[in-house]
Amino acid sequence: MAMLELNNVHAFYGNIHALKGISIEVNEGEIVTLIGANGAGKSTTLKTISGLLKPRTGSITFEGEDLTIFPAHDIVYKGIALVPEGRGVFAKLTVIENLDMGAFSRTDREGIAADLDRVMTLFPRLEERRKQIAGTLSGGEQQMLATARALMAHPRLLLMDEPSMGLAPVLVESVFETIQEINQEGTTVLLVEQNAHMALQVADRGYVLQTGEIVLKDTAKGLRDNEEVQKAYLGME
Amino acid sequence: MRSRLANIDFIGVFLWVIRAAIIVAVVWGTTATILNNTYTTRQWTDFLVFGVAQGSMYALIAIGYTLVYGVLFMINFAHGEFFMSGIFTATVFLALPMDNAGWLDRNPLLGLLIIAVVSMVISVVIAVVTERIAYRHLRTAPRLVPLITAIGASFFWQNLYRGLLGGEQKPFPQLEVLTGTIPMLGTEIQKVHIVVIIVTIIMLIGLNFFIIRTKTGKAIRSVAEDKEVAALMGIDVDRTITITFITGAAMAGIAGVLYAMVYRQVHFFMGFIPGIKAFTAAVLGGIGSIPGAAIGGLFLGMFESVGPSLFLKGLGIPAFNQLKDVIAFTMLVLVLIFRPQGILGEPLAEKKA
Ligand SMILES: Nc1ncnc2c1ncn2[C@@H]1O[C@H](COP(=O)(O)OP(=O)(O)O)[C@@H](O)[C@H]1O
Ligand SMILES: [Mg+2]
Repeated sequence: MAMLELNNVHAFYGNIHALKGISIEVNEGEIVTLIGANGAGKSTTLKTISGLLKPRTGSITFEGEDLTIFPAHDIVYKGIALVPEGRGVFAKLTVIENLDMGAFSRTDREGIAADLDRVMTLFPRLEERRKQIAGTLSGGEQQMLATARALMAHPRLLLMDEPSMGLAPVLVESVFETIQEINQEGTTVLLVEQNAHMALQVADRGYVLQTGEIVLKDTAKGLRDNEEVQKAYLGME
Repeated sequence: MRSRLANIDFIGVFLWVIRAAIIVAVVWGTTATILNNTYTTRQWTDFLVFGVAQGSMYALIAIGYTLVYGVLFMINFAHGEFFMSGIFTATVFLALPMDNAGWLDRNPLLGLLIIAVVSMVISVVIAVVTERIAYRHLRTAPRLVPLITAIGASFFWQNLYRGLLGGEQKPFPQLEVLTGTIPMLGTEIQKVHIVVIIVTIIMLIGLNFFIIRTKTGKAIRSVAEDKEVAALMGIDVDRTITITFITGAAMAGIAGVLYAMVYRQVHFFMGFIPGIKAFTAAVLGGIGSIPGAAIGGLFLGMFESVGPSLFLKGLGIPAFNQLKDVIAFTMLVLVLIFRPQGILGEPLAEKKA
């Protein structure tokens, strides 16, 4: 049994049929990527997993437990954290307050302190800007903060929605390095990206999403070598 | 010719004319008042102290408007009734019976403490019920809908209280400990005003600690910024909104006790004017901002108390003291025109809802 299983999930925004029966599996320890064009339904998939949007039909299970019956604010207690699209840092809170909120679901003081050390080591920039208002951080720093905040929940599964969006190329590299580092420390990652090139380099496996449907699934290498993927998502002729 | 005319911003010119007229009137009136030596320093101090005490109550009530606006972007017009309900109930069922039995005179401090706690609890209960029944289902409705509902809730509570507890003024007991004056700042300051100011300071410090330092306070601020992301953190948004209402209502419940101590009467309609004034204060300070609500309240209280004597008297206006409400609401209109975000507010947000 996989850690996370989506089975034939349909989701709607009013009348808009955004997910048309998608099935995805993520095994413990993997980095799995979900690639697709703008509007394909990548963010919607992550929203349905994290409870912000309820699927109309289909099942979502995490470690065997049905997730669809829980409100969004219970999902993080199960061990799943989301780094939302556009980062979604609390702009008026300080860096450290954002991290405090990341650990909102926890009461183990020592564990929280250890994770704070861990994210500050991972992102020394945040340590320097501890007391700074998050809204005044640069885009790259906000991405670090959003990732660090999610890690403060000590998730077993980390969902990341386009972490490289809007970042300068040098920063993009470091974002993907960080993702690998987080994964090597034992966190399973489901990574949504438009930057298929980078995503397929760090991922173990991948799914291609097109207008709400999974059209391809394979190992990352298999997808990199796939001609259609090369044409449509990797910009090769 | 045409194009040059079209370039003139008539509204801008009109607004500048208003600004200039107000400045001239204020300067003129102030100068006349001061040159005529109408009031002694001591009288000015009295006005100021009264203004600070009145402003303290506005500040406490304004917190509720600003907190709820912060998380829901809604003007809770029933907030004045949260203020009224607590102290009205506590007066009728506690203060008056305790006073009639002579118990209140013997244990004034304990008595006031009990009255304050009960007033707070009732205000909180009324707020929670209102939020749960009238507002919660309207979170996603167009913004006009909760606004109208709030006005309806306000009428509902007013008339429920009138029907159940009577439409007449009820006296709030006069207490020996709160009567009389203390010599200070070169004048005699009423003890009750000192109590009002001290209690307000304590409440504001407590509130500040709660909002800035505690986990729940940070959760309130997170929900105010982004409800979806707050939920992702594990924050129960509905529960946090309820806590926000509770916090605002608790402050209003205390403000009600202070109000009753100063004016020594309560009434089912007593929440209306202080409610609107406190709303004005919240807008003045920048709605959504907690320090703004405190500063706006103080500012409005002082302005109302000093303003008529300072610049209206000098203009030769006969019944200038009757015009303090006119001053307050003129200020609201001026703020809305010239600085809609208030003193401490940020430019009005585009996204929110
Ligand atoms: N809040 C929303 N309301 C209505 N439609 C939405 C909303 N969010 C996304 N959609 C629609 O759902 C589809 C999938 O969107 P999304 O999951 O955001 O795509 P992606 O993240 O892959 O760019 C798109 O057609 C988009 O227009
Ligand atoms: Mg997206």
